[in-house]
Amino acid sequence: MIEYRNVTKKYGGNIGVEDVSIRIEKGEFVFLVGPSGAGKSTFVKLLLKLLEPDAGEIFFNDRDVTRLQSIDIPKHRRSMGIVFQDFSLLPKKTVFENVAFAMEIIQMPRRAVKRQVPQILELVGVSAEADKYPAQISIGEQQRVALARAIVNNPAVLIADEPTGNLDPETGWEIMRLLDQINKRGTTVLMVTHSKEIVNSMGKRVIAIRDGRLVRDEQVGMYHPEDDPIDAGGSEELFKI
Amino acid sequence: MNSRFMLAIRQALRQIGRNVTMTFASLFSITAILLILGLFFVLLVNISNLSESVQENFNTVEVNLLDSADRADAEAMMDRFRGMEGVRSVVFRTKDENLERWKTNWGDNADLLDRLSANPVPNSIIVETETLAAADALIPQAEQMEGIDKISYARDTVNKLIKITGFIRMGALILISVLLIISVVVVSNTVKLTVLAREKEITIMKYVGATNWFIRGPFLMEGIVIGVAAALISGALIAGIYHYIVSNFGVNAVLILSVGFVPEEHLLVNLAVIFLALGVSIGACGSIISMRRFLDR
Repeated sequence: MIEYRNVTKKYGGNIGVEDVSIRIEKGEFVFLVGPSGAGKSTFVKLLLKLLEPDAGEIFFNDRDVTRLQSIDIPKHRRSMGIVFQDFSLLPKKTVFENVAFAMEIIQMPRRAVKRQVPQILELVGVSAEADKYPAQISIGEQQRVALARAIVNNPAVLIADEPTGNLDPETGWEIMRLLDQINKRGTTVLMVTHSKEIVNSMGKRVIAIRDGRLVRDEQVGMYHPEDDPIDAGGSEELFKI
Repeated sequence: MNSRFMLAIRQALRQIGRNVTMTFASLFSITAILLILGLFFVLLVNISNLSESVQENFNTVEVNLLDSADRADAEAMMDRFRGMEGVRSVVFRTKDENLERWKTNWGDNADLLDRLSANPVPNSIIVETETLAAADALIPQAEQMEGIDKISYARDTVNKLIKITGFIRMGALILISVLLIISVVVVSNTVKLTVLAREKEITIMKYVGATNWFIRGPFLMEGIVIGVAAALISGALIAGIYHYIVSNFGVNAVLILSVGFVPEEHLLVNLAVIFLALGVSIGACGSIISMRRFLDR
């Protein structure tokens, strides 16, 4: 479903990713780990075509992403849902509007929006907060809304950038259960994380990147100490908004 | 109207409601600029009107005859003038009539003229033409005629007037262009602030897979709505100001310049059309320019 073939991306003299080759099949749940600046961000941005590789090819559903025409990029991005570390909800929109927004911008009919948004809010368990603004609900609930927005258009892949990074452990586990549930419905999940507990207890595939190179790829992987962020504060984010 | 268009309008109105401060900042700048532009436009139209009617009043050529030319010679000359292009009327004025006019012009000093033993003032022919250009064309031909002493023509005065109104017109046009450039800069900066305030929204839209035109839509609509509102406000203000000036100083203008103001209805309809076009394009250009850096592809 996703395939990188000898992909290299450099920024001036700095390495983003170097000679990365990997395959991720439909329905997999994959953790992407590695220290800050290892190339995780570059890895994901290349898939979203926010960056162009210097060398190599990236296939998504047998289509070469690097050769996409600019008119086809929006369509390509629609097949992926993204959850950001800081939730990235629009503060001036209600919970309902935040999720409806993702459907509106791909021009879904209003009827479909009115039918689907409540279903998704129900699925992630925030139906009662539909008319509240993000500032009026808890952090855990905000992340659930962000998840709802990411999956409302039924993406083939869900990309989550440290979705539990800003949450307390208990809320973090609730989000993980939701991600697992979404994965069981057939959505491929690619999750960037620094949480040792989560990686070790989920027993999923782990891909580790270091200095732009793929250093580990294990079907049932564990978190290694060298995957820790160099800055223990863990303030790095894939998607700076 | 398809649903996509309605969605864009709905979003524009919703955003205007939620970004009240920015909206008022943009609205205020466009209104102020359109107001200044409009005042210059009104001034320009009236100056053009004035200069046209003044030119019409100065299209008279006075041909002084030598005393050697008798009445029959004068009649022959007058016939030749009547045959020329653009001539409206040809009138003969005798020495005595001219002397009387001198006396009237001299006013209190007219008694000086009474002491003259003979009338030194010549007979003359007054030729009135349709246009200034016709008067210009007529002079060289008149100079060729026998029995003519001097041709006087308010040409210098008229030329000076044309030059002055030309300068004013040029100045106003330069000012208007400068103001237009300033307005686009001001508006695009104001809209840029609006866009910056919603950078997050735009980034999310991009990541979720919205097309560039879909992202631009609401901002474009917002810019246009603000532009149209600014056009309506400044248009109403100018209509009020112009009405006030015309009803308070209209009579004075006629008395002093012998020319009235350009009629309100005519001027304001034109102004409304120009303002709406300007408002829409300033709003739209501002939005598109300020969004460019957010839409990389």
